[in-house]
Amino acid sequence: MNSPMDFLAKSLAIAEMELRKLFRDPMEVFSRAVQPVLWLAVFGQVFSQVRGIPTGNISYLAFMTPGILAQSVLFTAIFYGIAVIWERDLGVIHKLLVSPSPRSALVFGKAIAAGFRGLVQAAIIYLIAFAMHIPIRSNPSAVFGVLTSVMLGSAVFSTFSLIIACIVKTRERFMGIGQVLTMPLFFASNAIYPLSLMPEWLRAVARVNPLTYLVDALRMLMIEGGQGAHSLVVNFTVLGVVFVLFVAVAARLYPTLIE
Amino acid sequence: MTDSGNDAQHAADGRAIETVQLTRRFGEFTAVDRVNLAVPYGGIIGLLGPNGAGKSTVIKMLTTLLKPSDGTARVAGFDIVQAPAEVRKRIGYVPQLLSADGALTGLENLTLSAKLYGIPRAERKPRVAEALRYMGLTDSAHQLVKKYSGGMIRRLELAQAMLHRPAILFLDEPTIGLDPVACLSVWDRLRALNREHGMTILMTTHVMDEVDELCDVVAILHQGALAASGSPAQLKAALGEAATMTDVFAHFSGGSIEAGGGYRDARQTRMTARRLG
Repeated sequence: MNSPMDFLAKSLAIAEMELRKLFRDPMEVFSRAVQPVLWLAVFGQVFSQVRGIPTGNISYLAFMTPGILAQSVLFTAIFYGIAVIWERDLGVIHKLLVSPSPRSALVFGKAIAAGFRGLVQAAIIYLIAFAMHIPIRSNPSAVFGVLTSVMLGSAVFSTFSLIIACIVKTRERFMGIGQVLTMPLFFASNAIYPLSLMPEWLRAVARVNPLTYLVDALRMLMIEGGQGAHSLVVNFTVLGVVFVLFVAVAARLYPTLIE
Repeated sequence: MTDSGNDAQHAADGRAIETVQLTRRFGEFTAVDRVNLAVPYGGIIGLLGPNGAGKSTVIKMLTTLLKPSDGTARVAGFDIVQAPAEVRKRIGYVPQLLSADGALTGLENLTLSAKLYGIPRAERKPRVAEALRYMGLTDSAHQLVKKYSGGMIRRLELAQAMLHRPAILFLDEPTIGLDPVACLSVWDRLRALNREHGMTILMTTHVMDEVDELCDVVAILHQGALAASGSPAQLKAALGEAATMTDVFAHFSGGSIEAGGGYRDARQTRMTARRLG
């Protein structure tokens, strides 16, 4: 009964329904496009003039573009858990949890759906980058790599969000914690400045921040001449391991949502 | 999971639900206190009690959503703690809250359930179609559930809960917030599931008409403990000639229809009533 195929089939069933809902009401995803436009078109334009930030052989704007994509993924995914609290208050979760589906499939299915949501963010950033003449790598394998990273990143942070939702259980507390977490995760990463500029303590935090590895992968894959601090293998391994760990924790906590 | 499989189990252990000293504590508070129940296959059982008496906690434990603090229970022949997955395959559950997803159509809700219960691909469509027809929802299958009336939502939830042909169906206040006509339609379908599909049904309710209409046996909980059990007729007769179910309820719940519950219960009940109404 709990074969890998069975696990996958049930995960996909959850993901499919989540995506159907998303296509029916895509407003939220597109409203999230506003923020990255501001970061790139306003903040990025101004900071390009500073020239004090060592960005290797690429412009500051090109340097920060993958960072803003990662930020956009993070900021969207981190509030994903609110839907679960909503479902808990309604009673939908009760129905899912009495089914014989493995809890991990319920969690994994939601992560797949979140991954696809992330693709919308990637498309938006590509459009902005194109309009601003940022040197983007356009060969198919690079684009495929970017989309894979974005899906994995979305999955990681949405599952993290699910874990928070399972712990705090109410919308008010969740919104509070979500707000508190996003900015530190963003600033304690290499999204808009390189690790080398950071004081030692901040670099230590950045090293355990999954966002750093997402940004690093994106920077290599997305930008013409972009260089990373780690290899792609390291970046993907870290994100993959963190994801599996988060899914395991979320699957354990999921049933406690309704106790 | 076939019907004949259920029959084989009926013969093997004879009890749909059996609890032994079932107990659940939340910190200092004992929500369910050493409850012993033995429910044979085939009946409709009403679980009664004032708000906060522990009805929902009992149901949550029997449906494997909550682990007992003490005692044991077997549902459909399997231990709820040792073999929760086996229990889940054999039960259906309609929570008091709204369990159908309003942003999906009726058909999509059912398809999701069919997949989560592992109904084989070839059987999925006919089973979903049959469930829709059985619940009188065929014409609204492609409508979003948020456009459904309260009675339709409850019937859809019943359709979801019966799709995998469970041996036992658990319902938490199935007609809360419904108008009288919608109530009748839900009662009618419950009776049909019990008679035509042989499903054992355990339901909580506050509606004494519902008890008189549907239940073969009732169990009354008071402050977490079992206060009385028997057929409605027996319980009424024990109290006096003209006694009603309301009298029975009041008698065994210490006359305290007002007690218990509190803000959280009230909020939850009103929310459910508003969504379905």
